Amino acid sequence: MALSSAEIQRIAHLARIEITPAEAVDVRAKLDSIFDLIGRMRAVDTAGIVPMSHAQDVTLPLREDIVTETDRRELYQSVSPAVQNGLYLVPKVIE
Amino acid sequence: MFTAPIAELAPALASKRLSSVELTTALFDRIDALNPRLNAFLARDRKRALGAARAADARLAAGNASPLTGIPIAHKDVLMTAGWKTTCGSRMLENFVAPYSAFVVERLADAGMVLVGKTNMDEFAMGSSSETSYFGPVKNPWNVDYVPGGSSGGSSAVVAARLVPAATGTDTGGSIRQPAALSGVCGLKPTYGVCSRYGLIAFASSLDTPGPFAQTAEDCALLLNAMAGHDPRDSTSVDRPREDYARLLRAPGGAKPLAGVRIGLPKEYFGEGVDTDVAAAVDAALGEFRKLGATTVEVTLPNLDLSVPVYYVIASAEASSNLARFDGVRYGHRAAKYDDLTDMYKKTRAEGFGAEVKRRILIGTYVLSHGYYDAYYLKAQQVRRLIAEGFQHAYQQCDLILGPTAPTAAFKLGAKTSDPVQMYLNDIFTVAGNLTGAPAISIPCGFDRNGLPIGLQLQGNHFRESVILNAAHRYQQATDWQRREPADIALETAR
Repeated sequence: MALSSAEIQRIAHLARIEITPAEAVDVRAKLDSIFDLIGRMRAVDTAGIVPMSHAQDVTLPLREDIVTETDRRELYQSVSPAVQNGLYLVPKVIE
Repeated sequence: MFTAPIAELAPALASKRLSSVELTTALFDRIDALNPRLNAFLARDRKRALGAARAADARLAAGNASPLTGIPIAHKDVLMTAGWKTTCGSRMLENFVAPYSAFVVERLADAGMVLVGKTNMDEFAMGSSSETSYFGPVKNPWNVDYVPGGSSGGSSAVVAARLVPAATGTDTGGSIRQPAALSGVCGLKPTYGVCSRYGLIAFASSLDTPGPFAQTAEDCALLLNAMAGHDPRDSTSVDRPREDYARLLRAPGGAKPLAGVRIGLPKEYFGEGVDTDVAAAVDAALGEFRKLGATTVEVTLPNLDLSVPVYYVIASAEASSNLARFDGVRYGHRAAKYDDLTDMYKKTRAEGFGAEVKRRILIGTYVLSHGYYDAYYLKAQQVRRLIAEGFQHAYQQCDLILGPTAPTAAFKLGAKTSDPVQMYLNDIFTVAGNLTGAPAISIPCGFDRNGLPIGLQLQGNHFRESVILNAAHRYQQATDWQRREPADIALETAR
């Protein structure tokens, strides 16, 4: 499989990672070899096989609908790059 | 004495022949002397550790100690540790101080263990050599020109160098067992769900598994006793009755302590691609297991060769989702210059993540993107089931599956960094354990032509940790590979 430069840039945009054209050349070569490895699984017939999404067949537990968390906003916001009045600061998104 | 395993340190602490303060001080002197050559610690704090050691000594004196009270430990830097920098080996979290602790970190602290520091690792646990860390590669204590394995290479190195008797790791595709093998220590990946993932910074949530590193299987059992347990904060944590993982180890052994144990030998683990020294060491170990009374049976594991491709689809898909949280808003790195919100995300993530992490996010994004889901993600989940069914079939004929942990001993720093596929194939014997969720241990079983350690992997079916640990323990009672220490390190101690 060979990914085009345009595809690499499309994926990078979806992943919100900036990639320079120079980086894209290396990324493309490495991803091609990785997808060659991944492509090996195509040889197996999996018709009718139920996908396995989890190591054990578990049913997810439910808990009571009660408040369990205390207010730790200050502690959690202490590690944020930019906070003001208890709010996270981001670049302007609405004109 | 200070470099002895936990099972020898604990009675010395209990009988007051040794204090935790003495032990911690001695080990910190070793760490200060040796860590600069290994780059195995990302953070360490002598003052804080001595505070914990004094508390442990008080607890020992008061008579309410656990078997781990006063024993020093290091945590892999992927585990949230309240008040400590928790970086995941990434620039993204270079200055991140964890606001709370992981479940296993809490449990080991409750047991009275003395935290000395956080260990270096592949960035976000993505790697098999501990070279992708933003803070530089970890070196193998047996030869500093070689890698210690990864991703938990800092944890395997600190135990191998006898800087601490125990360390935590996490295993998503072999990240405990492979570094244990390449560094010559024991590393246990428990059954998925036995140790809570709460506070483990997520890489691939359906595969991530915390577990212990130590010198011996017996020590791993003691550590697992403290680390295991139900935690409602992790929805995949299993709720089972408490278990003493060391119980079989205490039973009288006799000449044939493994009589009745059937060991399965998959031909897939003994084929081409396995280094001749590794094959010879594993073969010799097999002879020991037979002497201990175990019987052997040939088994097959169909599609095992596809476990690496399947793994890289599933793990990357989950990683691309889990690592979306690193956006420069709530925590971690934020780019200094950007145009708008999208540009801030893109520049933040371009600067904060290293090349391997970006590659995996891109793979994951691609396989989950519109039009490709069935061909990759769904297909991988189907092959995952076929691989798991292969193991279940094998376990109808045997109790344990034995083979090498990795195809070779440690490789040189830089030898595989330019070829990710070669790096990925190092995990060929370990990834299936994560896909199936079953437990496995790696223990030392010899050395290759370069004097580098070789690891033996014992796998068992779900929740069979005690059987795995008992077999490993009986082997270690009959042999002494786990007692070998790196020569350079021994020299340093004598100085």
